[in-house]
Order: sequence, then structure tokens, then C-alpha cells
Amino acid sequence: MPDVQTQKQGPLARFLAMPPDSTPKTVFIAVALCLVASMIVSATSVALRPLQEQNKLIDKQKNVLQVAGLYEPGMNVLEAFSVFEPHVVDMATGTFTDEFDATTFDDRAAARDPELSIRLTDDPAGIGRQTKYATIYLLRDDDGNIDKVILPMHGYGLWSTMYGFIALEENGNDIFGLQFYDHGETPGLGAEIDNPRWKALWGGKKLLDDQGELQITVAKSAPAAGSDFHVDAIAGATLTSVGVDNLVRFWMGEAGFAPFLETLKAGDI
Amino acid sequence: MAQTKKTLLTQPLVDNNPITLQVLGICSALAVTSSLQVALVMALAVTAVTGFASMFISVLRNQIPGSIRIIVQMVIIASLVIIVDQVLKAYAYDVSKTLSVFVGLIITNCIVMGRAEAFAMKNPPIDSFIDGVGNGLGYGALLLVVGFIRELFGAGSLFGITIFETVNNGGWYVPNGMLLLPPSAFFIIGLLIWAIRSWKPKQVEEREYKIQTVEGH
Repeated sequence: MPDVQTQKQGPLARFLAMPPDSTPKTVFIAVALCLVASMIVSATSVALRPLQEQNKLIDKQKNVLQVAGLYEPGMNVLEAFSVFEPHVVDMATGTFTDEFDATTFDDRAAARDPELSIRLTDDPAGIGRQTKYATIYLLRDDDGNIDKVILPMHGYGLWSTMYGFIALEENGNDIFGLQFYDHGETPGLGAEIDNPRWKALWGGKKLLDDQGELQITVAKSAPAAGSDFHVDAIAGATLTSVGVDNLVRFWMGEAGFAPFLETLKAGDI
Repeated sequence: MAQTKKTLLTQPLVDNNPITLQVLGICSALAVTSSLQVALVMALAVTAVTGFASMFISVLRNQIPGSIRIIVQMVIIASLVIIVDQVLKAYAYDVSKTLSVFVGLIITNCIVMGRAEAFAMKNPPIDSFIDGVGNGLGYGALLLVVGFIRELFGAGSLFGITIFETVNNGGWYVPNGMLLLPPSAFFIIGLLIWAIRSWKPKQVEEREYKIQTVEGH
């Protein structure tokens, strides 16, 4: 009597009773599963996006604090971050601009915006487009004098674009620290750019020599200019080290923050 | 072999451990065991994914067409892994940064596929869920043992808390740097397999060849 039973059932039950290997059912299962799975995945992604954005912001601010040597584990990052004075710098002139709100200006979005960025022809850091405006952070001492400046940098390593900060002393030439906050380099090799011992090598190095030439380099052996301008490359991570070398030299050079550092040295800030 | 719900959960811990007996999921075990915190989060993530993937696949098992069965399993597993990844990014950002690509690679973890194919396709949902969780825990237990050894002797700490003061920080302990590199996990897992098989000789695989003895007359 199975035929009689099948006819009593609704269309859905009849469909489910079809052998799984029939063509209509195979197509139906494939389409239905993909629809359901994609809906669940996108719902999760949309629902959790605000929390993830917040985490990214805190992480970025934490890294600004770390590179300035102010971070302590367990501190309230958002609160501690208020000691910094954010400014948007016009990269070409090296002066502050009031066109944008420095607390909300998004460097990464600006680098993609054709209005706010330029396509690089000479592009050692491998970044494609460079923003015309960048957010920098000033740290002042108790008397209101500039203590440190924190500048954003990014460039291509082996696998990924590495985003980081460099902290300079008030003279705009001595490096206080360097730190990457977002990269996808190989754990254990290229990702050693996060190693505290390697990061500590940057403290006290200088960007320019007495003649005003950009000398800082990441290399296996010290260059002719001397060890003040040399950071040891990471063993086993040649291409990442070359990437760091390129991006630091690019961002500290004429196409990068050199105009701003001139303004800083002239005392016009 | 009669399997109760309890044995489904406890057997994979030692007797049928996915890493030491089935020798599955080795690649991620090498990558995420350099510190205990990362190993713990990875263990929880894999347990959640194997448990729920087995359950959902088991719910659908009578409807899944044989011709696209692996793809259907992959879609379910991949969706779960993305959800786990998103949740980690929202609630445990620092750990998710350390785990980086390895959360995504749970999709290719042989244990998840293995349980889906070997157990969930033939058993009811609740049993499959328990089996998945059991295997996730078996994987996790081994991860924690390896992570414990590697972090303690490689970095002198446990869960990031210093146990042995290392020389670099002015202490006495000279850390064994090799333990922080992935190959050391191979040695540790190999030694663990040896230890477990000496303890439970039943796990020793039969030789694939037999030495012929010639009987003298």
C-alpha cells in the first residue's frame, strides 16, 4: 500500500520521501543549504561587526600607547589615549589641516578615496595609493612642549600589508620606538616584528645623518653610516625585513613625512 | 562494539584519541601549541565545531545526496568555523590575533571531516553531538599537554605567567628555544604516542608485513 500513503501526504513530505540521490533533490539540497548557511553567516557577521570595530579601535589606540612607552597591562585604553593630541597632516606641505576632524579621520579609507589620495609611480613600500592626509599623534610634556610624535606607516611585507607606528623624539630625528599593529606575516618568522626584543632595537636610532641624508636601514650588517642608523634584520624573515626597511625609508622620506618633520624641526608647531 | 553516550564522550580522550591513535589533526597541533592560552582557545573552538557540525550533519543525514555529501559537510563545517572566527574577533580579540589563520584552518582539520563521515552520517543527532564533543576534547586534551610542555620549558611560563624566571629577564632558567618552534611538537607528540601505546598495548597497530619463519626439520 505505499502508493496510497504517498498520495495522502502533502507535497513537502512527498519531496522529503524522494530518494536523496535523485537529481531534483540533489539540486534542492545544494541550493537550500547554501542559502541557509549564507544567511546564518552574514547575520553573525553583521551582528558582531560593531563589537569587532570597537576591538580594532582599542587595539590601535593600545598600540599608539605602547609605541610611546605609556602602556601598562590592564589600563583603560580609551581613557589613557586622551593624553594624545591627534592632528591631520597635509603630507605635501607638512602642516596641520583643519579640513577634517582628527578624531574620526580614517587614513585607510582616505588612501582608497581617489579625491584624497594619489597613485604612486615610485612605490617601494608596495602600497599602491598614498593618502594626501594622515593622522598623527602629538604627546606633550607637563609644560606643553612637544615630547614625542607618533606617525603611522604601512607597507608590504612577505604576505601582507603591515600597519604600524613609529614614535620620534621632539627633535624629529631620534627614534623612540616602532610597532606594528596589523599584519599577516608568518608566525615565528616574519611575525617576529612583534617581538619585544627586536622592537627594542629601534630605540635611540636616528633617521638622518649630519648632512640630512636619510640613513636608517634594516639590514644584516651595519651600513657605512654607522650603527646609529642600523637595525638588525630578523633571521629567517628576509623579505619581511626588506619590507620594513622599505616602508620606514618610504614614510620617513620626501614622499612620506619628511615635509612634516621639517616643520617640526623648524619649531612651527 | 556497544557504545553508550558515556563511552562516546570518554573513549576519544585516551582509548580512541584522534591525535595519538587516529593520528589526525597533527598540522594544527604543531602550530597552536606554543602557548597554553592559544591551545586552550583552539581546543574549545575545535570542540564546538566538531560537536555542532556532527549534530547538523546527522540531522540531515537521511536527506544528504551521496553524490554531493562531502560538499554538504564542508558547507556546514565552514559556516560554523566562520561563526566561531567572528565570535572570537568580537569577544577575544587578542587571542584571535594570535590564532590568526588557524581558526580558519579548522575547516581542513581532518578530525571534523573524519567524525562527520565516519560517525555522524550513520548515527542519530544527539549521539553524533556527543561523539563530536568527545573527539574535540580528545584533541584539546592532547593540545593542552603539548602546550604545557612547550610553554613551560620553551618560555618558562604557563598561561603567560612566569614560572621559571628566564635568563633574559635576569633569572636562572635558560629556555629551550627549539620548543617554541613547530618541529618540537612532532617530537613531543611522537613520545606521547609511544607512552600511551606502552601503557595500552591494544593500541599498537599490527604490522603490515610478517617475518616468515622457516621451520627446520
